[in-house]
Amino acid sequence: MARSVALTCVLSLLLTAGLGAQVTADRLRNAESEPHNWLTYSGSYASTRHSLLDQITPSNVDDLELKWVFQARSLENFTATPLVVDGIMYVTQAPNDVVALDAATGRVFWVYEYTPSPESRPCCGRVNRGVGILGDTLFMATIDAQLIALDAVTGRPIWKTAVGEPSQGYAMTVAPLVIDDKVVVGVAGGEYGIRGYIAAYDAATGDEVWRFYTIPGPGEPGNDTWAGDSWRYGGASVWLTGSYDPELNLTYWGIGNPGPDWNPAQRRGDNLYSDSVVALDADTGELRWYFQFTPNDPYDYDAVQIPVLADIETADGQVVKVMLWANRNGFFYALDRTTGRFINGRPFVTVNWAEGLDDSGRPIQTPQAPGEVTYPGVQGGTNWYSPSYNPGTGLFYLSAWENYGAIFEPSSEPEEYRPGQLFLGGRPMPAIPGAAAPPALTRGHVNRWTEAVGNGAVIALDPRTGEQRWKFEMTDMTTSGILTTASDVLFTGGREGYFYAFDASDGELLWRTTLGGVVHNGPMSYQVDDAQYVAAAAGNVLFVFGLRD
Amino acid sequence: MRDSRMRDRRHAGFLALAAAVLLAASGGALRAQEHAGQYEQADIEFGARLYADNCSACHGTEGDAIAGVSLRSGTFSNASSDAELQAVIANGLPDTAMPPGEYTEAELSGLVAFIRTMGDVDPATLTVGDAGRGEAVFLGKGDCLSCHRVAGRGSRSAPDLTDIGAVRSAGALERSLLDPTGSMLPVNRPVRAVTRDGRELSGRRLNEDTFTVQLIDQNERLVSLEKADLQEYTVLTTSPMPSYEDELSEQELSDLLAYLLSLQGVD
Ligand code: HEC
Ligand code: HEC
Repeated sequence: MARSVALTCVLSLLLTAGLGAQVTADRLRNAESEPHNWLTYSGSYASTRHSLLDQITPSNVDDLELKWVFQARSLENFTATPLVVDGIMYVTQAPNDVVALDAATGRVFWVYEYTPSPESRPCCGRVNRGVGILGDTLFMATIDAQLIALDAVTGRPIWKTAVGEPSQGYAMTVAPLVIDDKVVVGVAGGEYGIRGYIAAYDAATGDEVWRFYTIPGPGEPGNDTWAGDSWRYGGASVWLTGSYDPELNLTYWGIGNPGPDWNPAQRRGDNLYSDSVVALDADTGELRWYFQFTPNDPYDYDAVQIPVLADIETADGQVVKVMLWANRNGFFYALDRTTGRFINGRPFVTVNWAEGLDDSGRPIQTPQAPGEVTYPGVQGGTNWYSPSYNPGTGLFYLSAWENYGAIFEPSSEPEEYRPGQLFLGGRPMPAIPGAAAPPALTRGHVNRWTEAVGNGAVIALDPRTGEQRWKFEMTDMTTSGILTTASDVLFTGGREGYFYAFDASDGELLWRTTLGGVVHNGPMSYQVDDAQYVAAAAGNVLFVFGLRD
Repeated sequence: MRDSRMRDRRHAGFLALAAAVLLAASGGALRAQEHAGQYEQADIEFGARLYADNCSACHGTEGDAIAGVSLRSGTFSNASSDAELQAVIANGLPDTAMPPGEYTEAELSGLVAFIRTMGDVDPATLTVGDAGRGEAVFLGKGDCLSCHRVAGRGSRSAPDLTDIGAVRSAGALERSLLDPTGSMLPVNRPVRAVTRDGRELSGRRLNEDTFTVQLIDQNERLVSLEKADLQEYTVLTTSPMPSYEDELSEQELSDLLAYLLSLQGVD
């Protein structure tokens, strides 16, 4: 007994030394005021993935060197963005282990190991995008659709709540978003005929506070956008962290594809709120507005991208609260985030499924004849790779797949829904003979993927018009997110395994190094003891860079 | 061009097929043939052989030996699209006598092509190549090893064909023999590079990224080049492989195809 008391004393001493104050809801709201930390998946509620740190600049970025490496004990893609809180890094090791490390040295404090139920059946990899934090509690959404709260100091579980039923195809890969005293998550499973939802849980107890179904039920507005019973199995999953505007108290989430994915005839109607962004009251989960990008989608164009919130000055000097969105369907959109009104939009890659957008932002669809190539292909013009907005340059940056198409083959007959089974309604085929076909979406062997299939690019857009300002083309595709900093450095990666630094103002390549694996996560930046670090994962390894001492 | 080739081959008696099938097979562009509704002679022929070996014992040579199932009718209770048909053949039908089978993509394409055209074709009239004779053509008259390699023998300058029968459909292989340039896959495009100091390299691309390219050069060496060091870098769209359309007889082509389809990799 005496011994354990002594131990507790020592521990608490260490704690005060190692950990700063608790991460309060206010700190999350004002994350910009502590740029040495990275407190949410996208760095702040506005999800700009823009760091205010400026020690690494275009002129010294050449002096970057590898500081430390964390090798995940996992063969899954490393899609997590780490959090850093006052010198401690929290990151997930796929599928669902949580690791706390010293952010300056990479030394591990603890590992929490979780074994998901064998019933879990995510469509596209047993990945995880990271944790959320409130106070000194961490929150992780698991591949078997559980939400787990952990003590950030000890790595021991506090509570576990079932968010969905894994055997029915419900899964979670999302990094939770903490707002006030609630933890908000959404469910994946759009390939299994789920009915998607976003739900908020009490951070202290794990009790559900509200739930918003991404497909309206009978009697609710929008249910009639699904023919017959198709709403029951319509997918509309959620697998990427949303954003939050504290002034409006609205939280914004991108919603996935309708199901079955490739047979729109089996679910006639617009299929709300699939392929939409929804704005929910953060206290109640009530829908305030929605904007649908791709009605009655036959292409699997999930609107699962990060809602980027920016305050932009228009030509006439007015500051408008906007939401910037480069969609998987190949169009860039600027929306008024107070009302959901469409401001402008235009394609950022070759698009032939629609000839344009009407005044309300609705696409004027031009379906291609059977056997013809649709642009963009099934993976989209962009996807879940985090974009960035840099208020310094005023530019919006995204990772794009250019000149990339697919041939869509809907099933001739309706597909029967079977609980927990794939519910696809057809298949997408590669437009280029010999190219990797879904579901083998990654390149696999070297040289299975050539310039004929398309190319990756970093694109800088002027959000006022959607016009391209600069572009860097890669040979292979990119699935990397983008980080910008206050010193106008842009960090990103790609499938080729390079990690790059560009001048954010003009796209000049400033520095690159090879990490020998696909960069799947969004780079992030933080500071410990006066030193700025940049972290990026490639393959299943996290690499952390800093300036030469 | 393609149409006349097909007609020539019919005259030559390479495959005695019903006119309806020929028209269907010759009507589409290369890309369309990779998709539902179009079946190539070579796939039908390959499928016929597989059907005889694996299916006819239960379904009968006419495809109607099982009560309530007529494979030749073109309508199925368990499948409508080709993809679904492939799934039934690969996975079998649970709780029935229809067994699952381990077939490659090429074999599934062949089986589907054959079943889909059974109603129009008399299987007895299909001429089937002989893999043993085909190997002789491959080693001898065709001189394929002067460019290609199979199980450690031959040149490395063209793609290794050790498992080509497992990864390509019969139709695709036939097109490679008759029209190498027209059927060349993007991954197989030869490249030519000239370095700043005037060194010329031609070869087969193994890999490429934004800044570098890796290849097997004309001397069968592995070379890695920085694009910034090159004064020329071209990806060619014509194949160095000759067409065998006029070089080999219909029977030899048919045998060669049977041999290529037998190349299933090393265990
Ligand atoms: C051991 C006997 C057996 C073999 C061998 C067999 N089948 Fe079958 N197959 C059946 C039976 C029995 C059925 C009907 C099952 C039922 O629905 O009751 C069937 C059904 C099918 C069907 C579905 C028909 C429909 O109307 O939906 C297809 C297609 C088919 N078989 C193709 C093949 C092919 C191609 C092969 C060879 C690769 C093959 N089968 C080999 C016994 C067999
Ligand atoms: C002069 C060199 C040369 C000769 C001789 C040659 N080939 Fe080729 N072959 C190539 C090259 C280069 C390619 C890759 C470019 C292309 O697809 O045309 C190729 C491609 C192929 C392909 C397609 C490979 C794929 O991945 O789909 C097949 C099949 C093939 N050859 C078979 C043969 C056979 C059989 C012979 C002999 C009858 C032969 N080739 C003779 C050079 C040659």
